[in-house]
Amino acid sequence: MTNSTQVPIALIELIRARLREFFREKGIIFWVFVFPLLMAFGLGIAFRSKPMDLPRVAVVGDADNPHMHGLLTSRELLASSLSLPEAASELAHAKVDLVVQCELTGVTYRYDRLQEKSVWARAVADRVIQTAAGRNDPVATQISLISELGSRYIDYLLPGLIAMNIMGTSMWGVGYNLVLARKRKLLRRYAVTPMKRSHFLLSYFISRSLFLALEVGVLLVFGRILFGTLVQGSYGSLFVVAFFGAASFAGISLLIGARIENTESANGWMNLVQLPMWVLSGTFFSYERFPSYFHRPIRCLPMTALADGLRAVCNQGAGLTQLHFELTVMAVWGLVGYALALRWFRWQ
Amino acid sequence: MTDSAIECRALFKHYGTLAAVDGIDLVVPQGSCFGLLGPNGAGKTTTVEMLEGLTAPTSGTIRLFGHEWSRATEQSLRERIGVQLQETVLADKLMVEELITLFRSFYRHGRPVEQVIPLLSLESCRKQQYTRLSGGQKQRVAVACALVGQPELLFLDEPTTGLDPRARQQLWGVVRDFRAGGGTVVLTTHYMEEAAALCDSLAVMDGGRIIAQGTPRELVDRLGDVQFLEFDAAVEFDIAALESLEVVRSTRVDGLRYRVVLNRSLEALALVLAALARLHVVPIGLSAHQATLDDVFLQLTGHRLQQGKPADASDTTEVNHD
Repeated sequence: MTNSTQVPIALIELIRARLREFFREKGIIFWVFVFPLLMAFGLGIAFRSKPMDLPRVAVVGDADNPHMHGLLTSRELLASSLSLPEAASELAHAKVDLVVQCELTGVTYRYDRLQEKSVWARAVADRVIQTAAGRNDPVATQISLISELGSRYIDYLLPGLIAMNIMGTSMWGVGYNLVLARKRKLLRRYAVTPMKRSHFLLSYFISRSLFLALEVGVLLVFGRILFGTLVQGSYGSLFVVAFFGAASFAGISLLIGARIENTESANGWMNLVQLPMWVLSGTFFSYERFPSYFHRPIRCLPMTALADGLRAVCNQGAGLTQLHFELTVMAVWGLVGYALALRWFRWQ
Repeated sequence: MTDSAIECRALFKHYGTLAAVDGIDLVVPQGSCFGLLGPNGAGKTTTVEMLEGLTAPTSGTIRLFGHEWSRATEQSLRERIGVQLQETVLADKLMVEELITLFRSFYRHGRPVEQVIPLLSLESCRKQQYTRLSGGQKQRVAVACALVGQPELLFLDEPTTGLDPRARQQLWGVVRDFRAGGGTVVLTTHYMEEAAALCDSLAVMDGGRIIAQGTPRELVDRLGDVQFLEFDAAVEFDIAALESLEVVRSTRVDGLRYRVVLNRSLEALALVLAALARLHVVPIGLSAHQATLDDVFLQLTGHRLQQGKPADASDTTEVNHD
């Protein structure tokens, strides 16, 4: 056999070994595929977009009063016909926003002017009554309703969860695994073989990327089926962003795994690195809610860059040229991580 | 000397002020089996790891097949050696055949996986994940991974620790077959029986030094024309009464366990037993045997203990009858 035929075999076997190890790990399917979907499902339901509540109006008056009919049949409000004491009681208990007393001479509105909804209910009720009575507006108006794609909470949430997942699997799949292999002296065993060091680290990188395609793909497909989330940009761009993210976290976690010898401190370091990003990087709510002088440092975190990048591709249809800031942030973190890891890496 | 597989000179390894290996010289001819013996912490594993190019020596030279370890020689030397390390845990989730295939892929030349599996009787567990194997099976997989690259030089660090006698015999057979094919073996072991069965030459290490070296026969002969008498006494007695006998060379007391080194003759044995009878000592589990490597080892480490570095409660007394 020649050298050239041996080289790919070792690399392929290492990649196969990595993938086998990953898929045979109990719980991996749950944590990687099921858990983010359950989370998306729970949060998606809790924060689903509801149709706006209509103003609730109690109407008091004789059945043959002409204004009554207009109010009770209008689709712009929820009107019910009540006696005056009943209506007063409902208003006092905030079960209705407005009481409309209809008389032959005119109409009386009863409401609390400190309640926004009551003020709005009065405006709606008034317009319904005046229009029914034949009012003509001097200015012609037109209505154009907008409904922006990708503006629901779930559209915001899913890319964030995918970003969080990429971070988690990169951290555990690369860093923790290396520390475990070192602790068990498996790295030393590899070090006495002619296997090339670069192939070893490359096998982590490639198996990570292969797994990434599957991981992101499954979450996108299920997002589409369960929540109707769409990818408005290209899948190519989406994968490039995800790949930059995975590579970035793989670099960081290689660095964490470069020297640590026991799994407990690896555990601690992983969480220490991930925790600030879970909170700050805007998985569940936008980091815009933090004071503005925090925005710049937060945007320089790799997870923020990944989540923002994925959202931009999914929800705004952004292309890679619009994402150079995010891609640069991820590349810098990844490259610095790799460079330091290669420098500090210990086989034993 | 290109016919030596290993040649090392003035090898030192210091960890801070601790000298783990304190100046050793070794020559292992090609095709031989070399054994390193010694208590835990003697420096065996550090020595072997330096030979394997895993640990850099503080000073000294190591040549494998005439080449020193360097960036230029590393790759080609690694192709020529097979290693079984102590306490290595292989990838848990991989099956036996997958592990051996993985290691096979690292080497340019090697043996077919299908040949190595029956060699170590791993057929029955070839589809089992590493984590589910017994200790003996794991040990055999480790040796299989060391052999699959078809090495010229095989390092085995306590390969039969934890194996049952049958598995041990089987592994000895594997080592013998390897040597029959012209291979060289470096072996560390706790078992004297193993060293005697497999090794052409031995070095006993203690405190980072080689304190004795030779063939198993030479090491045993070094003890002189002696035999050993060992027994437990029900109650303590004064060993000085035995030491006064002409035929007694040395004694060793380990709690209630007594060990007497005496001249190798039936007459000498009779004299010691008679003396015990006079002292009203009732020996339990009495045995008399000729010198073995075990005795060499005990004798050698016993010397060390006498020099003021006691590691346990035993006490050896040399008797001078001149």
